[in-house]
Amino acid sequence: MSDTWKLGDKTLSSRIIVGTGKYASLDQTRAALAASGAEIVTVALRRVDLTSKEPTVLDAIDRKKYILLPNTAGCYTADEAIRTLHLARELGMDELVKLEVIGDPKTLFPDNTATVEAAKRLVKEGFKVLPYCSDDLITCKRLEEAGCLAVMPLAAPIGSGLGIRNPHNIRLIIENVGVPVIVDAGVGTASDAAIAMELGCVAVLMNTGIAGAKDPVLMAEAMRLAVDGGRKAFRAGRMPRKDYANASSPTAGLIE
Amino acid sequence: MSTSIDVVINGQPRKIEEGTTVSVLLDQLGLGERRVAVERNREIVPRAVHASTMLAAGDHLELVTFVGGGS
Repeated sequence: MSDTWKLGDKTLSSRIIVGTGKYASLDQTRAALAASGAEIVTVALRRVDLTSKEPTVLDAIDRKKYILLPNTAGCYTADEAIRTLHLARELGMDELVKLEVIGDPKTLFPDNTATVEAAKRLVKEGFKVLPYCSDDLITCKRLEEAGCLAVMPLAAPIGSGLGIRNPHNIRLIIENVGVPVIVDAGVGTASDAAIAMELGCVAVLMNTGIAGAKDPVLMAEAMRLAVDGGRKAFRAGRMPRKDYANASSPTAGLIE
Repeated sequence: MSTSIDVVINGQPRKIEEGTTVSVLLDQLGLGERRVAVERNREIVPRAVHASTMLAAGDHLELVTFVGGGS
């Protein structure tokens, strides 16, 4: 049975969205993207390096295979984020954008108020907005009301690899918003991705969890399998937790 | 003889020939084939008018592209 999900008018079968930063080389980027099975990949927008003629990340991303998701990493105000996405639109991209408005350089925690403001303005301009936000239900509701296609609460600080710090909050968000919930940031290893999916997230977004591994390509595969395993476990419905043992071998017919 | 004008490109002061268009500048910088978005004095210059947009003294240009990134 196919287990696809929808993001606006796009039907996706992969539930992993990967970033393209921090890899050792473009070859490694290419191999990790392929091993992850991702259909959507994030990119950032920066000044052109006028001193280099080297190939850029765009050379590593086959636009026929991957949907580009430009982000607003490094933006600290709604105005900066919107300006960045106007430039991304001029660069020619798919309609989806990853909105992030950072509130603090040390934690990279989002400025949720500015994110909601930016989301409202971007939706009015026709952007399809996927916002990075705190694992806070009310913020997620405001972002849903603003017209965002999904909400992307963090699991832990960006690049920290600390895993799902507050699974309860993530579950409350999933139960109480009508748009897809994608955990974004904090996934450090395969089990973290599986937990996010078991909670009922529709997808997981990660970068450093893969690029920061000793063997990023192998970790990309591990993440793909974990997302798949976690998703299947969620669909299967886990057994109820019990405080005491319950033998799984028959208790009748024991030899005496 | 052509005169040169001062502009700022990605934060760096540069001299360019008077009458240079955005397209010519991108070619001179070796970016003609690259996917680059151009902002001039904080206004986007759409690709369709790169060839007809002439730069003026004091212009501040931002030339940007996609780079690897996650969050």
